[in-house]
Amino acid sequence: MTTPLQVAAAPHLKGEMTTPRIMWGAVGSLVPVVAAATWFFGPSALLVVGSSTLGAVTTERLLGPPGALGDGSAMITGMLLGLTLPAGIPLWMAFLGSVFGIALGKVIFGGLGFNVFNPALLGRAFLQASFPVAITTWPGRPESWAALRGDNFAFPFASPQPDVITEATPLGLRKFEGADTPLWDLVTGSTGGSLGETAGIVILLCGAYLAARNYLNWRTPVSLLATTAVLSGALHLLDAARYPPPLFMLFSGGLLLGAVFMATDPVTSPVTNRGRWIFGAGIAALVVVIRVWGGLPEGVMYAILLMNALVPFINRATQPRVFGTRLAQAAT
Amino acid sequence: MKKTTPAADFARGLWRENPVLIQMLGLCPTLAVTNTVANSIAMSLATLFVLVASSFLVSSVKRLVPNQVRISTYVLIIATFVTIADLSLEALVPTIHKALGAFVPLIVVNCIILGRQEAFASRNPVGRSVLDALGMGIGFTLTLLLMGGIREVLGNGSLLGFRLFGPRYEPWIIMILPPGGFLTLGFILLTYAWWRGRAAAAARTRELAARTRAPAAAAARAKAVS
Repeated sequence: MTTPLQVAAAPHLKGEMTTPRIMWGAVGSLVPVVAAATWFFGPSALLVVGSSTLGAVTTERLLGPPGALGDGSAMITGMLLGLTLPAGIPLWMAFLGSVFGIALGKVIFGGLGFNVFNPALLGRAFLQASFPVAITTWPGRPESWAALRGDNFAFPFASPQPDVITEATPLGLRKFEGADTPLWDLVTGSTGGSLGETAGIVILLCGAYLAARNYLNWRTPVSLLATTAVLSGALHLLDAARYPPPLFMLFSGGLLLGAVFMATDPVTSPVTNRGRWIFGAGIAALVVVIRVWGGLPEGVMYAILLMNALVPFINRATQPRVFGTRLAQAAT
Repeated sequence: MKKTTPAADFARGLWRENPVLIQMLGLCPTLAVTNTVANSIAMSLATLFVLVASSFLVSSVKRLVPNQVRISTYVLIIATFVTIADLSLEALVPTIHKALGAFVPLIVVNCIILGRQEAFASRNPVGRSVLDALGMGIGFTLTLLLMGGIREVLGNGSLLGFRLFGPRYEPWIIMILPPGGFLTLGFILLTYAWWRGRAAAAARTRELAARTRAPAAAAARAKAVS
């Protein structure tokens, strides 16, 4: 039976922006980054990203709520995790990392929207603590583009064969050998490093696309990058010999990848605009502190995870005033 | 009060009131020193010894101790046995004693031990107190062995020092670090809670079936639950 009068609860008008649409948009914008990684690191890049994506999707399918794959968020987690790994890492480690990231970083909290920490970074932190050697071994450039880097096909749970030729990341070079990398190499991405972190220009373009489509909020990455530039610039002015120039800070390591794709995760970043400025600045301050004074050459992962933990407090501290409340306070 | 048998006194601590998994006591040593099976064994045997000996003594002297100073008396008694355990471990297995570090002296403030004195030994006869302490101590031992087993196998590829998977096994170093303790305990508690939830659901279904006297329908429901 149909009635001419439809009775339904609000809201009656819905915007076009849905979670799956944003997530799949982000997946699409990761494709150029993966392509750039393949260009620089050969087929190993595709294998590693594919393996971590498979791990994330399988875990979400098995443990997550039914239909959770449709929103594309597991896909993003898997791809992002793969992009933070070195090219020579065994595929089983990439797979295990994203299983951990999805199972303990997301599903156990109740699925998408309830996780406190960025699942991809949690998976990477697990790998970093479990296999510190494999995750910081950056295999050198082989003779041909099509050759595999390192020991991708190490048997599951077996150690990879140590690679004879390795190269250092720009940050590692600077920290441990005092050598600088030319800025042009940093910008174009022909340096050692994790798969997705070398191609700075590609990441920035993808970020600009996402921001233009309003799939990500531009305030977080802008605040993050600007604070990094200001802080490292101030240090560089104090002692140019000891502290790296700001452009080196911006384009080396995983800062751009983290700023564009990880700090902007809508679940684990603040919901208020003021909070997003604070969030980005906090990450930047931690990154500069870890890189300049810490024992590790790179600190983007820990910086984002630490600030993830503070997000509920930032949200509470930056709640906008409810319309009319201050007036009422003034009257009483 | 419910009547208890000696067997029930002993069995309570093993599973139904397991000090770690149910009472959530003694988590500090459970997390801190279970990175290898050998450390787990040493720690749980030391705790078992202190628990049984203190329960025996506390239960024996319970009528002589004034109520106002009972806690300090328990602590003194426990500290005596902890000192014995500490010195014996140092003399017998110096490497393990070194690995356990401050956690052997810290048995003095282990909540399992103080909890059993206050809740059981100080108000029950000697025999029952010793049985209760044995059960609780063995329950603690089993939990620590499980933790140590999982963490050593994954984190080092070995069990009690014997290599299990050959030389090419890549150890998960996180499992023998502090986060591994939290992860392992979390997994064990999760599995345990899941299992108990299922058992409770099955029991409810059985009860319902008995009450409605409709065995066929209940069987179908039990099947659906499991």
